[in-house]
Amino acid sequence: MLVVQIKPEEEILPKISSKRLFIFECLGCQEVYFPTEDVEKFIDNLKEEIVGKASLDYLCNREFVKEYIEGYSKQIKKAQILLVFSCGVGVQIVSSLLEDKIVYTCCDTLYLNGFQGLTVQEFNCDQCGECYLNYTGGLCPIAQCPKHLLNGPCGGSQNGKCEVDPDIPCVWQQIVDRLAKLGRLDKLEELVTPKNWSVGLISEPPVKRFP
Amino acid sequence: MKTKSNLERVLEAEQFVVTGELGPPQSADPEVIRRKAKILKGNVDAFNVTDGQTAVVRMASWAACLIGKEEGLDPIVQMTCRDRNRIALQMDVLGIAALGINNMLCLTGDHQKFGNHPMAKGVYDVDSIQLVKMVKDMRDERKFQCGEEMAVEPRLFIGAAANPFADPFEFRVARLAKKVTAGADFIQTQIIYNVDKFAEWMKMVRDRGLHEQVKILAGVAPIKSVGAAKYMKTRVPGMDVPDSIVERLQGVPKEQVSKEGIQLCVDIIDQVRQIEGVAGIHLMAIEWEEVVPEIVEAAGFLPRPKFAP
Repeated sequence: MLVVQIKPEEEILPKISSKRLFIFECLGCQEVYFPTEDVEKFIDNLKEEIVGKASLDYLCNREFVKEYIEGYSKQIKKAQILLVFSCGVGVQIVSSLLEDKIVYTCCDTLYLNGFQGLTVQEFNCDQCGECYLNYTGGLCPIAQCPKHLLNGPCGGSQNGKCEVDPDIPCVWQQIVDRLAKLGRLDKLEELVTPKNWSVGLISEPPVKRFP
Repeated sequence: MKTKSNLERVLEAEQFVVTGELGPPQSADPEVIRRKAKILKGNVDAFNVTDGQTAVVRMASWAACLIGKEEGLDPIVQMTCRDRNRIALQMDVLGIAALGINNMLCLTGDHQKFGNHPMAKGVYDVDSIQLVKMVKDMRDERKFQCGEEMAVEPRLFIGAAANPFADPFEFRVARLAKKVTAGADFIQTQIIYNVDKFAEWMKMVRDRGLHEQVKILAGVAPIKSVGAAKYMKTRVPGMDVPDSIVERLQGVPKEQVSKEGIQLCVDIIDQVRQIEGVAGIHLMAIEWEEVVPEIVEAAGFLPRPKFAP
């Protein structure tokens, strides 16, 4: 967990309407900041059936999460959607461990100075402030596509590899594969409008978020 | 007619279109453009100037387009998202339209890593599909991307690229559909050497009725040498050069390879023009523009249609 804020309700609620939910809540960076009240309020207001909830430290630690969720396997199996309250890394970890499940994040991850890399692993979050993982099946085109493409793979994707570096996989190939597996490839046909970069790290001067 | 573009006119008249590519120089020499434009004149309906192709610094596409326009050709300016954010893109769109250039091909752009300044910062503020939409909204809604209105809109015929040979293959037609939804008027494809695969892609295009919503120009290019064919086969991202192509060029004496490469191009043109939904070709004789008249004539495309001004 880095620093997050809850996405607007209108972005999340239509996606989960009348579905059975399992909730992941990451408390790993709670000592820095976690919008506890907002999260509780959001969950309390949900009309959907909640089949289970896991609150754990460090959803960004894949090995730990892998073991931890075994205890919840029955509930997770029952759920139609896994709803995650964590930074972008946590969402990517959950998606990677439960590939046959639809995973939605309720959070946008904000940039925070000097607070990265609590656990070292292959998943990355650019803390761009406008999370796309709900659209891309839990794989991040901002952090992993060298052109930050939001509307699908460029013409240089071949045999699953990125044209820029054959040692790295084309994340858009992975996104297409993942959504095809979930039977949700049609979701990628929606036009994604230009990103608001002003909420992320790149365009902004360093922000002091907390006293 | 959305614009004063000759390209649009030929397409509207349902004539088979021929466009050609003109590579700008790595210098400030306008004579290179004039010389190449004179070769293309009368042989193509419009010409593209690449925008920093392979991320190598060359003369700006709009500037070379203007020089070619002075020579009496209809220019297609290429515009990539690699080097410009949405502010710069929209400023260039206004300027290009004000100069009387009527066509724009919207591209994401080759990654800066491939070029002669690999340490450069890539921009990629928007992608090619978002650029198409942005230009369409400027033209048809008189609106900037931010929503503010403008007094005089840029009247541009909007193009986009499609690569039938890249992966994931099953998503390629979906991506084309997104470009059509975004507002593309015409499409230029990656260079075709694998005609069977292109035909398969075109069938998927027709199955979705996309060929009736956008004009598809098939990309073709002559090959000069066996080395060039091998280079494209192994080193150029997103290219599909079947072994049979390389073998055909290897099968003739060395001094006849370039002639065979030209004939190969004509043969591919003959095949792709038979495919339903192909509205024209885009001929990319890169740094080999002098063979364009020969190819166009051999393919039976002369004379090109002329319209009263």
